[in-house]
Amino acid sequence: MERIFGGVPKRALGLLGLMIASLIIAPAIVNAYVLSVILITLYFAYVGQAWNLMMGYAGQLSLGHTLYVGLGAYTSAALFVHFGISPLIGLFVGMAIAVAAGALIGSMAFRFGIGGVYFALLTIAFAEFTRILFEHFDWVGAMGGFFLPVENRDSSDFLNLRGGPVMFYYVILFLCFAALGVNQWLLRSRLGYYWMAIREDQEAAQAVGINTFRYKMIAVMISAAMTALGGVFIAFYYNNLFPADAFGMHRSIELILAPIIGGMGTLFGPILGAFILTPLGEGLTILMESMGVKAAGVKQLFYGVILLVIIRFVPGGVWPLISKKLGIDKRMKGKSE
Amino acid sequence: MSVPLLKIDQLAKSFKGLRAVDGVSIEVPEGKIYALIGPNGAGKTTIFNMIAGVFAPTEGQVLFGGQDITGLRPDQVCQAGIGRTFQVVKPFNDLSVLDNVLVGALRKTPHVDEAREAASTILKQLGLDGKSQQMATNLTLPERKRLEVARALATGPQLLLLDEVMAGLRPTETDEMVTFFRNLNKETGITILLIEHVMRAVMALSERVYVVNYGQLLSQGTPDEVVNDQAVLDCYLGEDAF
Repeated sequence: MERIFGGVPKRALGLLGLMIASLIIAPAIVNAYVLSVILITLYFAYVGQAWNLMMGYAGQLSLGHTLYVGLGAYTSAALFVHFGISPLIGLFVGMAIAVAAGALIGSMAFRFGIGGVYFALLTIAFAEFTRILFEHFDWVGAMGGFFLPVENRDSSDFLNLRGGPVMFYYVILFLCFAALGVNQWLLRSRLGYYWMAIREDQEAAQAVGINTFRYKMIAVMISAAMTALGGVFIAFYYNNLFPADAFGMHRSIELILAPIIGGMGTLFGPILGAFILTPLGEGLTILMESMGVKAAGVKQLFYGVILLVIIRFVPGGVWPLISKKLGIDKRMKGKSE
Repeated sequence: MSVPLLKIDQLAKSFKGLRAVDGVSIEVPEGKIYALIGPNGAGKTTIFNMIAGVFAPTEGQVLFGGQDITGLRPDQVCQAGIGRTFQVVKPFNDLSVLDNVLVGALRKTPHVDEAREAASTILKQLGLDGKSQQMATNLTLPERKRLEVARALATGPQLLLLDEVMAGLRPTETDEMVTFFRNLNKETGITILLIEHVMRAVMALSERVYVVNYGQLLSQGTPDEVVNDQAVLDCYLGEDAF
């Protein structure tokens, strides 16, 4: 606990507490639609944090992160549908498979010194050929999609992750802020410092005794496991899975927008980024619909514009800017001014 | 003491046929400060890189404390007890000065708090304590050179390899650095091998000097012997180092 909260300014803790408290009572206040928007925002905040560990802290760019979402999703869903295994057990299998995939990609790349853009390309390649594989994988529905039984329940069955939106809302709320705590804990350990050293300069990192291969592998594996857990959630929330959607390139891009906009290499950046991006995107969709405009892809266009603006004016992301304005200690962030 | 702390034996390195280092043997006894000098392109940094594990030698051996460390990775060489600085400084730019050194100190302890304390102490010794909360990217070049030293020292090495840490310093700053290394050597018994062009520092610090030229050992001896060696003067002719 000390390693998570120690040294964090009271003001930051207060604001965080306020945020969590309002999110906890939100289901009692807002309507079903708004709740679904917050829910999906929290989902992107969660997977964004997972990606941020690997890119923002360890400096390893993955552009195929949806691979882990898809593996977690399909594994837990298949175990549940075919064998009736609870997702609370299935998630461990899903995470293990994602970790194995991450380890495979990492060991290939890092062993042979493939870095930067080439590493990113490798992650895309793995996600893409996994998509093609699943498009021909009849056991999980292939191209036709894989569906979880939808039951109309009044009560929630948490053990099988079957229930209404409110249950899912609290699950992702918990995951999102548990991830924040776990990340803070990791980043304040030797591991976190080693990751940042590798991000800043690999050669210098090696010279101070850091086994860069090992620590990059750990980053990929932890990030893969966290992301896969997000996949389990999304599978049981949406009840349907399609290879093109679960493993699609557009999903990988969507996943990394929040941390980039919020601030890579900052703890709170991915959460802030998600809360900026997702509600705006949804709001825009509603606005367009109410004006009778049916423009497919307008949300993507909007994301593109936001990304341009951020990269042009605040390349470090929004969080460093805001945290300074709020007078929150720079220690909330990984890197300070 | 019969076994030198560092012994490189007939070390050679070829880059696509070019023999950058060609059969160099050097010994550095424990607790001594030795220097490696020579004109630009003589192969000094290549020798350092082979000791530090950046690349494996084509031929020859590196022995540290009697153990063969030839071909180990840089992190393994560091773990064995050799710290190094880079000629072209490589600070962790987006980390604070304190965190830069803290990362080094984590070699000796897994506990961040202990490493932070150790890092503070070292920064104080190097006169960088006033800058500890600054980002490394904001430091001046002389400060970055000192940061390189601090980070390498934090790993707790038995042998410190210094690659031109005095280059670009003003004479008074050079003298401060010389005093620092001399005291460090006296107090901790740390062994130092330095590459240096600043003869003022080489003369003041090192007990023995190796001169390399064209990848080969040209001369060796005490600083006085070396600067009076005609072969050494010839190889530097045209340079204003002497």
